[in-house]
Amino acid sequence: MSTESQTFTEKYDLLGCIQCGRCTGGCPVTVRADLNVRQFVNDAYDEDKLGQLARLAEIWDCTACHTCAVRCPKGLKPLEVLIGLRSMIVESGKVEPTVRDALQSVLLEGNPWEKPRATRQDWMEGLDVKIAEPGVHVENLFFVCCTNAYDPRVQVTAKNLVKLLNKAGVDYAFLPEDESCCGSEVFTLGEEGLFEMTVEDNTEYLNEFKADRMVTLSPHCFTTYNTHFPDLKNPVIHYTQLMDELIQEGKLAWKGELAKKIVYHDPCYLGKQSGIFDEPRRVLKSIPGVELLEFERSRERSLCCEGGGGKMWVESESKKERLAETRIKDAKELGADIVAAACPFCVLTLEDAMKTLGYEEEMRVAEIMELLGEFTEA
Amino acid sequence: MTAKPKVGVYICHCGINIASTVDVETVEEYAQKLPNVKVARTYSYMCSEPGQVLIKEDIKEQGLNRIVVASCSPRMHEPTFRKAIQEAGLNPYFLEMANIREQCSWVHEDTGEATEKAKKLITASVAKVRLLEALESKEVDAEPAALVIGAGIAGIQAALDIADAGFKTYLVEKTPSVGGRMAQLDKTFPTLDCSACILTPKMVDCASHPNIELLSYSEVEEVGGYIGNFDVKVRKKARYVDFDKCTGCGDCASECRVADRFPSEFDQGMGKRSAIYLPFPQAVPAKYTIDPESCLYLSRGKCGKSPKCQEVCGAGAINFEQEDEFVEFKVGAIIVATGFDPFDASRKPEYGYDDYPNVITGMEMERLVSASGPTGGKVLISNGEEEIEPKEVAFIKCVGSRDESVGNEYCSRVCCMYTAKQAHLIREKLPDANIRIYYMDVRAFGKGYEEFYDRVRRENVRYIRGNPSEIFKRGNKLVVKAEDTLTSTPLEDEVDMVVLGVGLEPRADMRKMMDLLRLSQSPDRFFLEAHPKLRPVDTATDGVFLAGCCQGPKDIPDTVAQAKGAASSALIPLARGKVTIDAQVAEVNETTCRGCGFCVEICPYSAIEMVTVNQFGHEVEVARVNEALCKGCGSCSAACLSDSIQPKSFRDRQILPQIAALGAMK
Ligand SMILES: Cc1cc2nc3c(=O)[nH]c(=O)nc-3n(C[C@H](O)[C@H](O)[C@H](O)COP(=O)(O)OP(=O)(O)OC[C@H]3O[C@@H](n4cnc5c(N)ncnc54)[C@H](O)[C@@H]3O)c2cc1C
Ligand code: SF4
Ligand code: SF4
Ligand code: SF4
Ligand code: SF4
Ligand code: SF4
Repeated sequence: MSTESQTFTEKYDLLGCIQCGRCTGGCPVTVRADLNVRQFVNDAYDEDKLGQLARLAEIWDCTACHTCAVRCPKGLKPLEVLIGLRSMIVESGKVEPTVRDALQSVLLEGNPWEKPRATRQDWMEGLDVKIAEPGVHVENLFFVCCTNAYDPRVQVTAKNLVKLLNKAGVDYAFLPEDESCCGSEVFTLGEEGLFEMTVEDNTEYLNEFKADRMVTLSPHCFTTYNTHFPDLKNPVIHYTQLMDELIQEGKLAWKGELAKKIVYHDPCYLGKQSGIFDEPRRVLKSIPGVELLEFERSRERSLCCEGGGGKMWVESESKKERLAETRIKDAKELGADIVAAACPFCVLTLEDAMKTLGYEEEMRVAEIMELLGEFTEA
Repeated sequence: MTAKPKVGVYICHCGINIASTVDVETVEEYAQKLPNVKVARTYSYMCSEPGQVLIKEDIKEQGLNRIVVASCSPRMHEPTFRKAIQEAGLNPYFLEMANIREQCSWVHEDTGEATEKAKKLITASVAKVRLLEALESKEVDAEPAALVIGAGIAGIQAALDIADAGFKTYLVEKTPSVGGRMAQLDKTFPTLDCSACILTPKMVDCASHPNIELLSYSEVEEVGGYIGNFDVKVRKKARYVDFDKCTGCGDCASECRVADRFPSEFDQGMGKRSAIYLPFPQAVPAKYTIDPESCLYLSRGKCGKSPKCQEVCGAGAINFEQEDEFVEFKVGAIIVATGFDPFDASRKPEYGYDDYPNVITGMEMERLVSASGPTGGKVLISNGEEEIEPKEVAFIKCVGSRDESVGNEYCSRVCCMYTAKQAHLIREKLPDANIRIYYMDVRAFGKGYEEFYDRVRRENVRYIRGNPSEIFKRGNKLVVKAEDTLTSTPLEDEVDMVVLGVGLEPRADMRKMMDLLRLSQSPDRFFLEAHPKLRPVDTATDGVFLAGCCQGPKDIPDTVAQAKGAASSALIPLARGKVTIDAQVAEVNETTCRGCGFCVEICPYSAIEMVTVNQFGHEVEVARVNEALCKGCGSCSAACLSDSIQPKSFRDRQILPQIAALGAMK
């Protein structure tokens, strides 16, 4: 890539910044961490200072929610300045062992969870899953995502999806076990070289499969493929878009009802970054008995859960209330029985927060697919 | 060709603009040896008086009959030199300009190469000038009347000026009343005159002026013809109220069965109107209008036993049978003054404009502080639970301006000042309120503006440097999430009310005007002027001028100044009574024209039509050019398969030798 010859200022268009402060103003973590992303955009102009900036702990507080980028009136992506600084640290090797291991695992096993590639499809056990073959056309090609594949808490998303697809007679196939990480977290952790390689390898690999579209289960894969992989042949959608379609077409039927108050949490990578707000809500609303509530801060103003930006591997030094906890408290105040999300990271962070707050008895955090699996049949 | 060509070549130094890069002496020597060249000279500034005299004297003394001036782009000085040679007795079209500045000295560094290129360009011009034909420009009568479209302050001012000069003016306004956005404003910066007080007299004038025909609630449907002779067709929409009978008493509106049920456009939806309404008390004309969509009788065919307005109107003015009418007339010039749309704050969902009643726009604020507004001028606002007098007030500037995320890169030029004005108005009404203005820059460039900004700050209005990112609700407060960039402090500022300083956008319905009048847009999407500095009120269509915010955001002083400029430009053809039609237009060779009509399709100015002529006893279709519309662009010539249509001075036989001369030189 040509990035080698670019200065920091050129690469991140620092001169385009008018120091308006919208980035920092919108940044959700400012309430608990010392991060001021605008200040970084300002200071990074001085090349001599970069080393010093890269050593500041707060560059690891960014959750890559992209609020700063969405709000910037001049088209900058302020968070990428932080990522650029992270990459200086990653290059020097002075990263947290957890980060180092996650990146190593992506390189060797194609996932950041330090799990062997060979077990990537263990979640399929006992299920009748159609597997894609290169060159053989399928309407919907599924990309499962490392977290959904390996994390026992969220494997249910993929499992329920398979059951529904089979029942609804959808033409689909999941990618075989050589599917590799989309690189979303590799990018945000600042491992530029590995991410470049991921883009090249995955583009080549995914283009071998012929499909009308590739359906992703995680918003992180969804947005990463759509924004960082310019040469992909198959259009990429998120599973909530497909579910919405199937419901509209009447291909799914409901069994029983879910007489619960559900509040939907917009994942940053699905909502703010990709503008998918209505589909997940329509899907939830279609379940009989459901009363859909709204957070005060929803849709474009949704509050980040702090699950992204590599935060799964870096613990914040802040002792202040985590945003996920704020979110769960808000849900409690609303009187929600269920907090629904459509992202594995959101489910993990929100559920964790719910447990910390001790609300397990009266509340539940669930992936949308989890609920659909319980209340639909084809 | 009559006389043998005797060419004079005049090479300009343009100070050092040309002479520092092009070796003008070498070029002069070279030019002297070109075929048919009698004289070649260089001079420091050919366009100056002595430069022109030089050419004129040579024409007389040396008997020159063709002139090449090698200097700058013809855009600026072609008319200068044409006039000069005409004064010396030559046909003005016996001139050719070789552009050795923009196309040579300014774009090259190497003197050797630039000099060679200058030689080539001059050789080519000499080759062409010998073949030029004498042309005569024509004059046609101009209709001594004008059309002004849009009756905001721009249109009103332009119409009054033209009418005062003694010419008939048709003023067409889309809505039921004249006045535009200015009528909605409370006071105006920086002097704080009451907007209605300074505007109403002008509104009344334009309705009563003997030379103005006001066509309110009307729209231009068709425009044909050309400068001096436009044919206009206007649709007068049915008001369902007899214009002559209505006395403006308003009994109908108060008795209307759906009285005060519909959002009033004038009050930005904060106040209510009936189905039959006057947009605002000072509306001109003071005639009521029935909105067919909200009227029970017109939308559902039934209003009680019989329409209430009809029952109560003592003048018998209600007429449900009324239909749209069309009027047609001729004008010599047209002024477009269609104004702007305020930026739609819903397009920045992070500010919660659609969700919170206490997040309002600057336009709504104007109505809220106005004594004639929905609250009678009291600053009262609902916080979602109850109506309150706000204690904590925040303004946000640059909403929808200077923002690529909504596609508006430009600055709207009025919001810095109107937020300052509104802060002042709130300070007057709520002395104890805490008022802050979130800003990125303060642009106070006009006369008295910086002084006004200074005054407002000293009235204890806090300016916080940072553009807020988000607004959400916590309890009964609005939280403005921002950063004070001067202290690098992220803020969650709790307030009772937020005013969004929305910018100005091109009107959503501007496309219709563009199609009617062949206007185009500049990159900011407002109407494009002919030249940003030197022809700011002209357009690419001769005889069509721009005034006010339709050309770009501006305040009232600039709007009025531009309106006066547009009026004076429009008056030129009207006062002269004639317009000159350029001679360099396309001409059809009717004997070779195949009648295919390709040129008709391609002409961007709709200047060609097909006509039937009798040739050797046969009726045949041939193309015919309307010389007043043709711009000599040459598109038709490129499209014509039989070379039958060609612009004069740019005929194949004239430009092919020019091109050949360029090619032959090595
Ligand atoms: C909130 C706010 C506050 C402001 N405060 C101030 C201030 O204090 N001082 C100041 O100097 N400036 C102020 N301005 C700026 C001021 O409003 C403008 O300068 C002024 O209104 C421009 O006038 P205009 O005639 O160009 O456009 P407009 O006022 O928009 O008038 C255009 C007219 O054309 C009509 N029209 C549109 N299309 C057609 C059509 N196709 N056919 C027929 N008619 C049509 C419209 O109905 C309208 O009547 C303010 C602006 C805003 C938004
Ligand atoms: S939002 Fe963009 S322009 Fe504004 S300070 Fe941040 S980076 Fe700069
Ligand atoms: S991506 Fe999110 S957390 Fe990171 S700097 Fe931007 S707004 Fe803050
Ligand atoms: S009642 Fe009749 S005269 Fe009076 S305003 Fe209405 S329409 Fe006009
Ligand atoms: S006038 Fe002021 S508030 Fe309006 S866009 Fe320009 S800088 Fe922003
Ligand atoms: S020269 Fe241009 S404007 Fe004139 S008739 Fe031909 S295409 Fe139309």
